[in-house]
Amino acid sequence: MDMTGAAYWLPIVWAVLAAMAIFIYIVLDGFDLGLGILFLAERDKTYRNVMVQTIAPVWDGNETWMIFGGAALYGVFPNAYATILPALYLPILIMLFALIMRGVAFEFRSRMHTQRMRDLWDVGFCGGSLVATVMQGVILGTLVSGIHVENNAFVGSGFDWLAPFPLFCGLAVACGYTLLGATWLVWRTENGLQDTMRKWSGILSIAMLVMIAGVSLWTPALHANYMQNWTDWPRILFVAPVPVAVIALAVVMFMALRRKVSRRIPFFCALGWFFLSFSGLGISIWPYIVPPGMTIWDASAPPSSQAFLLVGAAVLIPLILSYTAFAYHVFRGTVNEHSESYH
Amino acid sequence: MGALDPLFLARLQFAFTVGFHIVFPAFSIGLAAFLAVLEGLWLKTGRQVYLDLFRYWLRAFSIVFGMGVVSGLVMSYEFGTNWAQFSQKVGPILGPLLGYEVMTAFFLEAGFLGIMLFGMNKVGRKLHFFATCVVSLGTLISMSWILSSNSWMQTPQGYAIEPGTGRFIPADWWAIVFNPSFPYRLVHMALAAFLCVAFVVGGVGAWHLLRARRAGHAPTEAVKVMFSMAMWMAAIVAPLQILAGDTQGLNTLKYQPAKIAAMEGDWDSQSRAPELLFGIPDMEHETTRYKVEIPLMGSLILTHSLDGKVPGLKDYPKDQRAPSYVVFFTFRIMVALGMLMAVLGVYSLWLRWRKRLCSDALLQWFALVMAPAGFIAMLCGWVTTEVGRQPFTVYGLLRTADSASPVAAGSIASTLVVFVIVYFIVFASGISILLRGFAQEPHVGEVGPDAHDPQRAASMQAAVSNTAAAGETGKES
Repeated sequence: MDMTGAAYWLPIVWAVLAAMAIFIYIVLDGFDLGLGILFLAERDKTYRNVMVQTIAPVWDGNETWMIFGGAALYGVFPNAYATILPALYLPILIMLFALIMRGVAFEFRSRMHTQRMRDLWDVGFCGGSLVATVMQGVILGTLVSGIHVENNAFVGSGFDWLAPFPLFCGLAVACGYTLLGATWLVWRTENGLQDTMRKWSGILSIAMLVMIAGVSLWTPALHANYMQNWTDWPRILFVAPVPVAVIALAVVMFMALRRKVSRRIPFFCALGWFFLSFSGLGISIWPYIVPPGMTIWDASAPPSSQAFLLVGAAVLIPLILSYTAFAYHVFRGTVNEHSESYH
Repeated sequence: MGALDPLFLARLQFAFTVGFHIVFPAFSIGLAAFLAVLEGLWLKTGRQVYLDLFRYWLRAFSIVFGMGVVSGLVMSYEFGTNWAQFSQKVGPILGPLLGYEVMTAFFLEAGFLGIMLFGMNKVGRKLHFFATCVVSLGTLISMSWILSSNSWMQTPQGYAIEPGTGRFIPADWWAIVFNPSFPYRLVHMALAAFLCVAFVVGGVGAWHLLRARRAGHAPTEAVKVMFSMAMWMAAIVAPLQILAGDTQGLNTLKYQPAKIAAMEGDWDSQSRAPELLFGIPDMEHETTRYKVEIPLMGSLILTHSLDGKVPGLKDYPKDQRAPSYVVFFTFRIMVALGMLMAVLGVYSLWLRWRKRLCSDALLQWFALVMAPAGFIAMLCGWVTTEVGRQPFTVYGLLRTADSASPVAAGSIASTLVVFVIVYFIVFASGISILLRGFAQEPHVGEVGPDAHDPQRAASMQAAVSNTAAAGETGKES
């Protein structure tokens, strides 16, 4: 392959951008879904309203990153889009159903006339968040385990995802998102609710560490390639410090939770863990987009498509990030039971 | 084609989900524009009634928008789950268009929606008005991109076909985006979205006018203002829509004559053709039964000339004909509803001139019955254009049968059942919340950002909603 032509570097640029978009999605929608998972654990109805209020003004934007992921994959890596989606047909549709239920529950739960119906939508909110999260982990796990592709088309079974590694990944992502949700609430709420969430954050941090260790030990065992990617020079330079960094973050996390020094430190520690795990994953599967056979170049749309979208992305993504930051800025500060809502 | 044919199931599932989805964006497009107008009028005139109406319709908007987001999320993945071969072949062209839609519209809407719904007291009037306008602009931008994509599937151009893979490769983006049917469809859809909302607003207004009449008291200012605004829209936009529909018909005749033949139920190409008012197209025997026709009108409507030649389905091979027995009817329902909307608009103009706009019971009943007409007409229109494109996904170039995914019928059938159940729950809940909201009159004295006494505002709102709730209980018993 000509390593100077657009057909070579455009897919690399887009792979980096796509990874960035997925990470932004995790950063933004992770706490959002995690908060939903914690929803039923909080028995106090007033506190539940406070929880929802911390994310109500921003959740639409968070979920838009997932739509962007679908659209970008469709336009930039259409062969990947056309193999991953049929291969993961059921987990993706289950995830979408779950996201629908939780998405409408935001508005519906506060508009129900009877307590029974409100409780029912609370269950929908929590259950939808949990199922969507687990499915995201399952999708990731299935992808990492490898998808059976021949002639650019999926030829495996519709139930390849029902296997130990994908299911373990589902559990791991659920732990991680719930931790993000709990630490987000430590940051954005006060008093009793904040104290409860601090406790949850501690328990979930331990669970998260166990999960990170589990996935890290399991992944290289899946394919010889992955093992090689981790031990190859010079990539080992990136891989070796990761465990140290995970532990360093753990120390900061537990200190912050114990001493209550800063309300936002735990959230950013949790994000740090996600960043490390996510880059580890990237290093493992590079340069494949659909392991074990389809590279980012195999999956790519022609350069004319990738370049056309890249021009817009270069201008629009910074703009999007700035007005998203503005929206968060408008709704900054802690939320409590006396904060106003528009209903 | 058996009931468990995966292709048929994939089409059914896609049609169901996209048909469910389109209702909400159309509602959002019209409602966001209406809200921007209301807030602008409030800022300009300072009249309380506009703020009251703004708050009233904002409550509906949050529900409608949320349902649009979640049902739209499904669409961005369903191209791949149901139409993998299609995605692979046209992804290089339609994918970037969808990408631009997300980047220029969805993020914009979602980013400013929070401020629009929750932020009036945090950012002040001007910035809040800006947020409302941006959300409205976002809905319009979104519509433009998706209409461009859809139009490209109907009238493709600006592409090259890659040898070996059969993929569509973009050659000229300008030609792709501004393909021949795009401008016509865009105008037709924008007007449709405005009409959808105008008739819902008119229906709600009419209901409250009728209720006030029954209760023997004068209708409130807010009810009269919204009914009047809706009737202006009906009077102006419905006739414009007929013109827009006519020009789109001419465009379709030029680029997709086989679709016109299916819509009209015409089998033999002829000049001085009649227009069928009714008939039952029979694809197998190549005839339309039980015809009721008006002489010469077919040529006149389609070509604007009595001698104009209109196409017939027999001009095309059997395997390139769209199912006339579907589009013949959906097209006629759409046109009939469009005519009724225009009649209502003209009637309202006459009553307005006679100063009886808000007191004529016939108009109120008419407007109430027509409340869902915009949505029904829009759905019928979409069925006409999409089913009329069959048996192709990319007109004349890629067959629907060659677009599907390698997914087992069982998976599609089971998820279809779940879709029906989930959408039924969501739709029923959403509609019942909306209707319950519409059953209440707009609150009088909604509080803007200048109210510095939230305590007073809260108790006032509570008092108003208590009264409204009491009113509703009274009505139910």
